[in-house]
Amino acid sequence: MMSIYALAIKSLLNRKLTVLLTVAVISLSVTLLLGVERIRHEARNSFTSTISGTDLIVGARSNRIALLLSSIFHIGSAENSISWESFEEYSENPQVRWAIPLSLGDSHRGFRVLGTNDDYFNYFRYGQDRSPQLSAGQRFAADNELVLGAEVAEKLSYKIGDRVVVSHGAGEFSFRDHDENPFTVVGILAPTGTPVDRTLIVDLSGIDKIHADSTLEGSDHDSFDLFIKGVDKHDHGDEPEQITAFLLGLKSRGAALGLQRTINTYDKEPLTAAMPGVTLQELWEAIGVAENALLAVACFVVVVGLFGLLVTLLTSINERRREMAILRSVGARPHHLFGLMVGEATLVTLSGVAVGVALLQLLLLVGQSLIASRFGLYIQGVGLSFNQLLLILLICGCGVLIGFIPGYRVYRYSLADGMTVKL
Amino acid sequence: MSAFTKSGKINPLLGPVHIDSIGAAQTIINITNLQFAWHRDALPVLDIAQLNIAQGERVFIEGPSGSGKSTLLNLLAGVATPNHGKLMVLGQNLNEMNGAERDRFRADHVGFIFQLFNLIPYLSVVENVTLPCRFSRLRRDKAIQNGFNLQAEAMRLLTHLEMNDPDLLDKPVSELSVGQQQRVAAARALVGSPDLLIADEPTSSLDANLRESFIRLLFDECASRGTTLIFVSHDPSLEKLFDRTVRLTDINRAERPAIHVLRRGK
Repeated sequence: MMSIYALAIKSLLNRKLTVLLTVAVISLSVTLLLGVERIRHEARNSFTSTISGTDLIVGARSNRIALLLSSIFHIGSAENSISWESFEEYSENPQVRWAIPLSLGDSHRGFRVLGTNDDYFNYFRYGQDRSPQLSAGQRFAADNELVLGAEVAEKLSYKIGDRVVVSHGAGEFSFRDHDENPFTVVGILAPTGTPVDRTLIVDLSGIDKIHADSTLEGSDHDSFDLFIKGVDKHDHGDEPEQITAFLLGLKSRGAALGLQRTINTYDKEPLTAAMPGVTLQELWEAIGVAENALLAVACFVVVVGLFGLLVTLLTSINERRREMAILRSVGARPHHLFGLMVGEATLVTLSGVAVGVALLQLLLLVGQSLIASRFGLYIQGVGLSFNQLLLILLICGCGVLIGFIPGYRVYRYSLADGMTVKL
Repeated sequence: MSAFTKSGKINPLLGPVHIDSIGAAQTIINITNLQFAWHRDALPVLDIAQLNIAQGERVFIEGPSGSGKSTLLNLLAGVATPNHGKLMVLGQNLNEMNGAERDRFRADHVGFIFQLFNLIPYLSVVENVTLPCRFSRLRRDKAIQNGFNLQAEAMRLLTHLEMNDPDLLDKPVSELSVGQQQRVAAARALVGSPDLLIADEPTSSLDANLRESFIRLLFDECASRGTTLIFVSHDPSLEKLFDRTVRLTDINRAERPAIHVLRRGK
């Protein structure tokens, strides 16, 4: 009956404060849940789009995930290097279309330095077949030139022509700086939303030059340097002796599995080859636990919000038994009173969800650039995904169902009390 | 409220009604050998051999707490059903109706006034008055017939009950005085001309000087529509105003429970 919903609206308006608070709790929980779902989705997207087009990542013998983490995400460091000969041998393999050498291990103020060559700009792809684009300047042409990732340039306020000193090791504060070999910034990359943004890219020969020079000048360094040198068995020549890993693009995708097996059983050096897609999937499954935990927490917050609604309605019905008796006396049937309760629960839930969705869209709109710069997550536009719509429907359904509990109690009361509640 | 005293036109209605005229009128309530107990095995709380009430009659039902007043009202309203006996209201046997039919019957034919807190706090005065029309098409149609539209009929009733001051109409109902609330409740009970008006201690929260004037306004309205009034109270001082008094302690053959127990019915 239409009029019961008109009554429900008026009854809710009569209890503005509690109703507003309940709507606020529900809307905040909805914002949180949908926000988590959205960020989860975007995180997975941005994660899996870190690398594309590469068929094999090859590094020293290790766990495939560790290899992926160190070479692509620049997390942790490879324990062993591989020889330049291995790289040369596989880059000349007839199945290979292109090969990119990667040398990691140096840093600048907390950002990783990647030694590579021109092919990195030619062949490296991320996202939907996108290559890193220069937003300013040009690629490096000499061994003392350097290209900055977008975030590095922004955070450290570097511009073209600045001189940058690279340290050995990966920490924010390194054991020693290669002050003798300052690099000149010649190019800055456009943001990619991948670890590339947090990387300084130099030519391989540049990296080797630093290490070679600093080794020759050993006398200047303190005793700690001896220790470093002991571990760091660089023996630099004209060609780089060693690199950390290399990326291979094959002429045919189907050859990847065979070549992976060949590399894994290479007899001159212990190597590991990983297929990025498969390994990303494995890695995501491992960290997916945290992601699911986050979602579960957000779900519980929504459950708490709905419990708040239940409490509000249940406390209200005791004070409203009189009202129910009056409604009965003017002809309302028990199912009308049930409908009144369910109607109230539905209205509160719907307004909570509506406010929550609006709030999320507003936050995304306002926070897009902040999230992008802070977390490297690019949230594309507003709107709701299918999963979010599903969650919204689920919450609305739960809200209606929650109305059944006070609805049923009111229904029972109305039968038992009749017209004669004395309060 | 001083208007209550200038009720000269009401006085004739307060005179004794001749037995003949009652006998001639149509019987609106007919109770025969009615028994009611809260549980199948419990002792009956109400056991009435015979009670007839004629159309247009104004009956005062008097009885102390626990004498079965509330039970009788619940039975007449169709909220409870007798275990035994016949309960005819408006020529219809309430025993033979199911819950939904009794609800509909009540919505269409019975108006209620309670002792206190008669109004829905979140509705305006006029919305409270027209509330029964949301649940009964019959009363809605009758109200519109009486007064052109629902608002107009509500205002007409409120005017009759001396509640048409615009300041009062705009107030939240919870800010009205008890006497004002009871008059709004009376207008609501009368809207759409129900056949039967049941008033359960409607004056016991009113000051003594307001009681009589409230009852006279009620009589006036009931008389103009031929509405039967059943007025329940434990206050014997009011009975002189009515056509007839029914003492529940006289007609209820059920043993009086020593203590009035809070009940949970089925």
